[in-house]
Amino acid sequence: MRRRDFIKTMGVAAGASALPFLKFLPAEAAGRGDTLVVVTGNGPNSMDIQRKGTNRPSYQIAVNLYDRLVGYGTKTLEDGTMMYDYQKLEPELAESWEVAADGMSIMFKIRDGATFWDGTPITAADVKWSFDRAVSLGGFPTVQMKAGSLEKPEQFEAVDDKTFVIKLLRKSKLTLPDLGVPVPIIFNSKVAKANATAEDPWATEFLHRTPAGGGAYMLERWDPGQQTVYTRYDDWKNGDLPGVKRVIIREIPSASTRRALLERGDADVSLDLPPKDFAELKESGKFTINAAPIENSMIAIGLNLNFEPFKKKEVRQALAYAMPYDQIFKQAAFERGIPMWGGKSFTPTTIEWPQPFPYDTDYDKAKALLKEAGYADGFEVPLSFNLGLAQWSEPMCLLVQESLAKIGVKATIDKIPGANWRTAALVEKKLPMHVKAFGGWLNYPDYYSFWVYQKGRLFNSMNYHNPEVEKITDETLHLEVDHPDYEPNIKKLLAIFFDEVPLIPVYQPFLDVATQKSVTGYEYYFHRQLDCRSFKKATA
Amino acid sequence: MNSNTKIRIIAGRMLQAIPSVFGIIVVTFLLTRALPGDPAVYFAGPAADEKSIQQIRESLGLDKSLPEQFLIYLGDLVQGDLGVSISTGFPVAEELWRRLPASLELTLLALIFSISVAIPLGIAAATRPNSWVDQLCRLIVTAGVSLPVFFTGLFMVYIFYYILGVAPSPLGRLDIIYLSPPPITNFYTIDALLAGDFEVFWAALAQLILPAITLGTFTLAPLARMTRGAMLQVLSSDFIRTARASGLTRSTVLYTYAFRNALLPILTTLGMVFSFMLGSNVLVEKVFAWPGIGSFAIEALIVSDYVAVQGFVLAMAILYVLLNLTIDILYTLIDPRVGLDG
Repeated sequence: MRRRDFIKTMGVAAGASALPFLKFLPAEAAGRGDTLVVVTGNGPNSMDIQRKGTNRPSYQIAVNLYDRLVGYGTKTLEDGTMMYDYQKLEPELAESWEVAADGMSIMFKIRDGATFWDGTPITAADVKWSFDRAVSLGGFPTVQMKAGSLEKPEQFEAVDDKTFVIKLLRKSKLTLPDLGVPVPIIFNSKVAKANATAEDPWATEFLHRTPAGGGAYMLERWDPGQQTVYTRYDDWKNGDLPGVKRVIIREIPSASTRRALLERGDADVSLDLPPKDFAELKESGKFTINAAPIENSMIAIGLNLNFEPFKKKEVRQALAYAMPYDQIFKQAAFERGIPMWGGKSFTPTTIEWPQPFPYDTDYDKAKALLKEAGYADGFEVPLSFNLGLAQWSEPMCLLVQESLAKIGVKATIDKIPGANWRTAALVEKKLPMHVKAFGGWLNYPDYYSFWVYQKGRLFNSMNYHNPEVEKITDETLHLEVDHPDYEPNIKKLLAIFFDEVPLIPVYQPFLDVATQKSVTGYEYYFHRQLDCRSFKKATA
Repeated sequence: MNSNTKIRIIAGRMLQAIPSVFGIIVVTFLLTRALPGDPAVYFAGPAADEKSIQQIRESLGLDKSLPEQFLIYLGDLVQGDLGVSISTGFPVAEELWRRLPASLELTLLALIFSISVAIPLGIAAATRPNSWVDQLCRLIVTAGVSLPVFFTGLFMVYIFYYILGVAPSPLGRLDIIYLSPPPITNFYTIDALLAGDFEVFWAALAQLILPAITLGTFTLAPLARMTRGAMLQVLSSDFIRTARASGLTRSTVLYTYAFRNALLPILTTLGMVFSFMLGSNVLVEKVFAWPGIGSFAIEALIVSDYVAVQGFVLAMAILYVLLNLTIDILYTLIDPRVGLDG
């Protein structure tokens, strides 16, 4: 035996002996067959969406690895992009549900044969434990549950193994949709309880690292900061079995590298590409660009009413007439969105939301309004943006600065690091003029108003207060959309937003996802994460 | 020098390091507390209210006084507990163990590349000043220093991966088809060899090449400059003239006498370059999706995760102390004139 051959055989033998460590993923893992390779800028930092400090990319774990009682239907947009249908709730773990005659409780029937990954049946007790956890942990999950009027453990009752009842505190159109958001996921309570301790009764330590559920995918491996790998749970009963067997999600921080990987065909799906790259990829025609407008969301300029000149409505309107809308849309957003300016009338004709505000770039009108308000000579104001979103907000602010100079308003640009943004903008609410990018999960104007326009709310960074808005929002928030009072009230609400403009909308952003042509089934969700369950991949 | 004195020297140096490490602990503790932004507010999430922010502040121990927090921190440190990173929810020690080897592996390879190019280049340039070799050295050095790392990195990806397709996809430490070798040292190449898995070894090495060259290019400059300068100085000194006059061969003069004497300043530079490379290769990590320590530290800073920042600075400080110690010891091996107790 020659030396080289010997080394070769040794290598094979040693390789074989290392097999328990699973040296390779199956051959088709390299971006072919039934494996989907996704590249993204940021990955999950936890397996538990209900933990404190869990980041946005972690919501995908809740979506793909866990079940909720209900899910959403699907609708197709004109350009072929599929998106979830917030008006259509579909069964997920709950086979069916029924609202009591008095409307004060909902009874869910748990699906027969639905099991967790460990093979044990999913029972109403698991649902009860999971819901109790969500309303008890505090922080984000508790606040989100509260939005659906789900506030305390006494509301949840496991009648028997297959029957779960929610007692309502009030009738609200938000309760059922709130069960379909990523937060109220169903944990395997037996596994969780076995890993709970006296100080940690909700097993946050355990579930942070180890998912325990019964969703369509199971966790194969998670290397924080590098990759997450899902494998399909073949006994999943709560929906159509996913078309893709394995999903590999790799974190690639550099947008240029992500683009190169997609173009070379090493990645099937690319997330978080800058608007410019998306525009160019779309131009090339080699990829499928799924663009869905992010619902209930607007990129806007917020005007803080604690700042003296902004107390006057005329000044706010003047600024709304002095925004370089078209330029921002073309040069900062690369047209990846829907214009939110140039509306026809100050009286809204529909309750569609968001809808274009009745302003357009008109410097003469702006100057006249400023003069009327007694600010003919203009004033000076800092214009702040979140450095974490500098990619589009910085050019946007520069354009606004240039444009405001034409009406004598001197804006100085103020960059705020991401870590401080929340404190400065939302908690202390001290930024006179700033870029806003809020989006509400539940797609109703009154829900947006609740978070953004109502006094003292976290996202009301404008310190806006209008008793009429308070009243209408409170009245409509839980009202069904087909209630006769709903539409006239919302129209009144929108008319106030138009007229008073504490918030100057510029555009509704798109959520862009680029995929190879062989990949189909991408579906937009309000949580902006990939729902891998609907993907299909054509085998070449 | 017998081995006993050597051990005493090493122990002495270790003792000297204690005050500086303690100083670092105090300073990082104070600095991280002075970071702008309230960690409790940040980690409460976007939809939290006053009450849940207060809950989180208490659970993080941020409601206690600074001296109290410091004592708790010291107590934990003594037990080897670096705390739990707030943003990732993992013990900092575990995070460092996961990421430091990745950075070290990359940095060491980059250093090997850098040394193997810079030192011959510097020597060649020094022996033939103002020749074409010298000019080439100057060009490479200037280019290496003036091209920003992210540019070199993206350029390499573009040429070798995107256009030519010879480099593996820049997906981090291993391509998608491979799984990481069983962790022993967490150096993928070494672990793969220990497991006898050459396939994974080559794959891990292939992933390392582009980022290592990118990182190495940047550090070529100080090394080559230092080699050239030190060699020029040594070559013009009296003992070299004597050696030449005694008819020793060119290579003996150059390597045995001149280079050995020029090594000291090179070694000093090497130490500085190494620690610099380890902490500051964030851009390389970003371009090549390298899960290293630099991006971990930056992300921790951005979200005011003071526990992680403290752990990172402490780990780097200890590494730096160890590095300096190693270099001091190497000095004594290279140059008998360097007496450590002198």
